[in-house]
This record gives sequence, structure tokens and C-alpha cells, in this order.
Amino acid sequence: MKVRLATVWFGGCSGCHMSFLDLDEFLIDLAEKIELVYSPVVDTKEYPEGVDVCLIEGAICNEDNLELLQKIRQRTRVLVSFGDCAVTGNVPAIRNQLGLGNEESVLQRAYIENAQHNPSLPREDGIVPPLLPRVMPVHEVVHVEHYLPGCPPPAERIKALVSQMLSGVEPKLEGAALKFG
Amino acid sequence: MAAKTLTIDGKPISAEEGATILQASEEAGAKIPTLCHLDGVYDVGACRLCLVEVTGVPKLLPACTTTVAEGMDVKTDSERLRRYRRMILELLFAERNHVCAVCVSNGHCELQTLAYNHGMDHVRYDYLFPKWGVDNTHPLFGMDHNRCILCTRCVRVCWHIEGAGTKNVSGRGAQARIITDLNIPWGESDSCTRCGKCVQACPTGALSHKGSTVGEMERDRGKLEFIVLAREKKQWVTAD
Ligand code: SF4
Ligand code: SF4
Ligand code: SF4
Ligand code: FES
Repeated sequence: MKVRLATVWFGGCSGCHMSFLDLDEFLIDLAEKIELVYSPVVDTKEYPEGVDVCLIEGAICNEDNLELLQKIRQRTRVLVSFGDCAVTGNVPAIRNQLGLGNEESVLQRAYIENAQHNPSLPREDGIVPPLLPRVMPVHEVVHVEHYLPGCPPPAERIKALVSQMLSGVEPKLEGAALKFG
Repeated sequence: MAAKTLTIDGKPISAEEGATILQASEEAGAKIPTLCHLDGVYDVGACRLCLVEVTGVPKLLPACTTTVAEGMDVKTDSERLRRYRRMILELLFAERNHVCAVCVSNGHCELQTLAYNHGMDHVRYDYLFPKWGVDNTHPLFGMDHNRCILCTRCVRVCWHIEGAGTKNVSGRGAQARIITDLNIPWGESDSCTRCGKCVQACPTGALSHKGSTVGEMERDRGKLEFIVLAREKKQWVTAD
């Protein structure tokens, strides 16, 4: 039975996914052992049931992130916080320093004050998800089994953790393999 | 001076009277993690990372400010100590804004290194996300309060190696912060000699040379050791 793997992209720059693609020929080995059931690189619209492992890139920044994360938790056995944004909030969480009301003021700054053309706030019910008042690391919302820090985690580090998981040993990164940044 | 005999991690050693457990542990080859300790300036026991177990003492003691005693039995590593050390590190990360990915000290930071060496794969406490500023008024150096762990190394080198007394601490608890003189912008200080010793002493990305960008801030602690050795022992050698 192939391991049902998912990856998801929340509030992050996609760098963690780029690093995943940097696994080069290991991806070919991986393809024999896993089935990629949901990911920005495959065309599945709905997060499926019965997923074994999900790598989660990005912090939880908006209502869509929050809703999907809860669904992912219900439908997945093992969650991995994948990269610093998922693990710490990282750069997306810098807006938390602005305190209450920042979900308005950051949009104002980005789309009105700094706009060169057509200053307007991106608002479209059901399409543009509202920002949460506070950006959260994944484990602040749901239980997370494993952490894969790094901005982005180097391919070697991803390979180490994924290999450990696939060979059935309890994944454990140590020392410099846990370096943030 | 009288010598004291004690055991550190089961190893019998002798140390000078008045030596700290930290100093004695070097002889025993035990590596106790430290953060506020800096060779060359006196210790203040601010970070609590160097906590050790001493048989017969119910509480944990900081190795850098506890002096050795005859017959002492010290343990520098245990499950319990490792648990507390990781907790301390996590609290330091939660208390200010550490974003390693965009920090001048990324890759050369004592806090960051200690964190991964203690298995800190995430922070279990809620981040406080406090609002702190950056003081970039000095012509040569920058101070980023977001990265400051209040170890007071900068204060101690400024007062006791440079003798300028520019750096100080104001406030208490999580509100404590490093100030310049009586809380003026660093660039307006007349007492600062621009020696840069505070920048050399800082374990994190809080103090940096202006113009350094992500990961560029490397320090040369040898410079401080050189001055202290020259002053105390009249030896003009670089400490290597
Ligand atoms: S000071 Fe150290 S731990 Fe803090 S953000 Fe910078 S590199 Fe990371
Ligand atoms: S540069 Fe020198 S004098 Fe100025 S604050 Fe730092 S240690 Fe003190
Ligand atoms: S500025 Fe650096 S040296 Fe000074 S207290 Fe903060 S972390 Fe320590
Ligand atoms: S090194 Fe001993 S308390 Fe900081």
C-alpha cells in the first residue's frame, strides 16, 4: 500500500514547496512509495479522506486557512509543520506586532498607501478570504505530530524526515537539522 | 589560595577557592550551556541556562554564579536539566520577536544554536508578539530590541571593559529593556566612545554593525578576550 501523502500551502512564500522539489532524484524514489493525493502541484480540488501524512507549509493567516486546516486535521493521521512559517509564524506573523486591528491596517498599507495603480482593498465575499486578527503557527490551532523547521527547510532535511517516516521509525531531527531561518 | 575538591559528573576534580562551578566544570571537561556568561566580565546569573543539580540542594543552581564548595557533587546534565533548559530557551523565543529568516545573526547566533542543540523544534508557549522598536540613530551600530534577551552582556562590557557606562537597563520583567544613558537615542549619546564592544559581546542579533544584512553579523569575541587578558594578566596575546 502506498502512503497517501498530501502537501498544503497556507501563509508562506511557497519556498518550502520549492525546497521539496529540490529533492531531485529522490522524488522518483518517493513516487514509488507514495501517492500524492492533494498538493499545489496536483489538481485535486477537495482535500480527501484517509490521508496518511500532510506536510503543511505556511502560517494560519486567514479564514480559509483556518477552515482547511481543521478539515486536514480530521482527515489526516500525521501532520508535519513544514518550514518556519508553519512552525513559528515567521515573517507572516510580523503583523501580530501591530496589535489589534492589524488585519485592516496591513491591507490599507499594502493596497491603498503603497498602491501605484487603482488603490482599492481586495474584497470579494466567498473569493477573497478575510484575514484573521492574529497570524498563528499551525500547532496553535491543531495538534501537530512533527516539526520540520527551516526557511525553507533544506532538501536534505526534508529527505531525512520523510525517509524516517516512510521506513516506519519515529521521525526525529537533531542538532543543526533543527535550525530556524 | 586553598583548593576545594569536588565531583562534577562523577569526576573528582580540585578547583581554587572562589571559583565558580562553571569555571571548575571546564577542568572536568563538562560543557555547561551558557548565554549571559561572557569570558572576561563578571557573571550576573541572568539567563538561568547554566542551571546544574547539586546533591543535597533541592533547587537548581546557576553554575556561573555559584562558587565551589568542599565535597560538592555536581551534575551538569540530566533529563530534568535538559527539560528546563529547553523551557528557558522557548520562553526567550516567545518573549520577543525572533524571526531568524530575516535576522542579521542568522547562522551565527548563540540563542539559535543553543535552541537547536537542545532539540527545540518548536515553541510550546504562545508568542507574545510585543511591539518593540529598533534604534538606528547611532552612526555605526544598530539596536534591535526585538532580538534582545536581556542578558546584559552589552551593559557589562560597556561599564567594565570600556568604562563608558553608556548601556543600561530600565524597567522590570518582560518590560525591561536596554537603554542608552538615561534613555536617549543611542546616536545622541556623548558617553558612547563608539568602541563597538557591546556589539562584539551580544549573543544575538540585537546589536549589529550598520549595513549588515541577513546572516552577515559575525562577531570576533577574541577581541574582548584580548583586552581582558592584557589588562588582568599583562599578557598581550590573542586568546586562541
Ligand atoms: S537573534 Fe538569533 S534566535 Fe533571534 S531571530 Fe536572530 S538568529 Fe534567530
Ligand atoms: S560602543 Fe562602546 S561605549 Fe558605546 S555603548 Fe557600546 S560598549 Fe558602550
Ligand atoms: S542587546 Fe544583546 S548583549 Fe545586550 S542585553 Fe540584549 S541580547 Fe544581551
Ligand atoms: S550563564 Fe549562568 S545564568 Fe546565564
